[in-house]
Amino acid sequence: MKTLTVSVVTPDGPVLEDTYEMVSCKAENGELGILPGHIPLVAPLAISAVRLKRDSSEDKLAINGGFLEVRPDKVTILAQSAEKPSDIDIARAEAAKERAEKRLNSNDDHIDRLRAELALRRAVNRLDVAQNS
Amino acid sequence: MASLRDIKKRIDSTTKMKKITKAMEMVSAAKMNKAEQNAKAFVPYSEKMQEVVASIAKHTDADHPMLKTREVKKVGYIAITADSGLAGAYNANILRNLNHAIQDNHNSTDEYTVIAIGRMAVDFCKKRNFPIARSITGLPDQPAFATIKDIASETVQMYSDGEIDRLVIIYNHYVSAISQVVTTKQLLPIEDMNNSGSSSQYEYEPSEEQILAVLLPQYAESLIYGALLDAKASEHAARMTAMRSASDNASELIDDLSLSYNRARQAAITQEITEIIGGASALE
Repeated sequence: MKTLTVSVVTPDGPVLEDTYEMVSCKAENGELGILPGHIPLVAPLAISAVRLKRDSSEDKLAINGGFLEVRPDKVTILAQSAEKPSDIDIARAEAAKERAEKRLNSNDDHIDRLRAELALRRAVNRLDVAQNS
Repeated sequence: MASLRDIKKRIDSTTKMKKITKAMEMVSAAKMNKAEQNAKAFVPYSEKMQEVVASIAKHTDADHPMLKTREVKKVGYIAITADSGLAGAYNANILRNLNHAIQDNHNSTDEYTVIAIGRMAVDFCKKRNFPIARSITGLPDQPAFATIKDIASETVQMYSDGEIDRLVIIYNHYVSAISQVVTTKQLLPIEDMNNSGSSSQYEYEPSEEQILAVLLPQYAESLIYGALLDAKASEHAARMTAMRSASDNASELIDDLSLSYNRARQAAITQEITEIIGGASALE
């Protein structure tokens, strides 16, 4: 089985570097599945989970603010943050989710709705990755 | 000449001071190592980022505002300093450069604004009535990207909104443990993209323009974070060097003082002997 090297890099250092058979992720305009031999591609990623498949197992990462660079034998994901399920602080994500929801539900005009919405999406994504793996 | 007791007191206090500076030196050395590692961990991200941005910028004629030089009405200066002193010329160098840049290029406070990172920069600008657009103090010694994210993206946003037309960063670049160089760099608009980067052609999903719109702000933010990591490593190195020379000076002072202490003691003994002999011969 052909494989491709996946490396995930954040400003705080490399998160992961390993070989996988398939990468599937959510780009800003839809799901993307990358197999070995893909043409070179650059695409921004949504705040979402990246799934890395090897044999029958699957690794997940919670990605925020990232993009994907694909070469035939290598995939690089550059993100502002990328966390493995084991690194996610569930209590903190829950708190962030609650805070963001409260902000969005309040009718105060002073709050930055876009920012609250992004915070909510990040929190939900983290919880999703942490709990479904 | 100072009395024996005075000299003794000074030797004691200098010894205590030396213990403190020695401890601070060692703390800074440990922090510097960590900061250097952080700066190194960041390199793969920034290199990759640069490569992708460069290859896109090279192959497109898409003009994104961040790649285009526009008429400069207002300049933003990011000055990165430490929160505390005792770091030799570290802060003074940055602030002097900032002051020069402002005095040489601008006549009124409408033409520039400062984004102050670190308490020293904030105090300096307040004292001189420089306008401060954003500021952050109390950064940890090992700042994570999340701690600087807000101020970085707000600053980049200021450029996108047309509030500033040029963004310059002033920080200490870490060369080695004993050498740090004040660096003044233009962050925005992004220039000199064409001479670096790989030649690989990419497919862009959805389009080059949209990717640039996402990528360039991230790139600018990452440059700010990179400069901060670099500056932190320099800060600890500068502090370590300053504390080391303080310890060295203390040792020298202690040596000098011990010498005069011994001299004074010897003089006192000689005087006592002379007095005893004088007294004895008077009895004969």
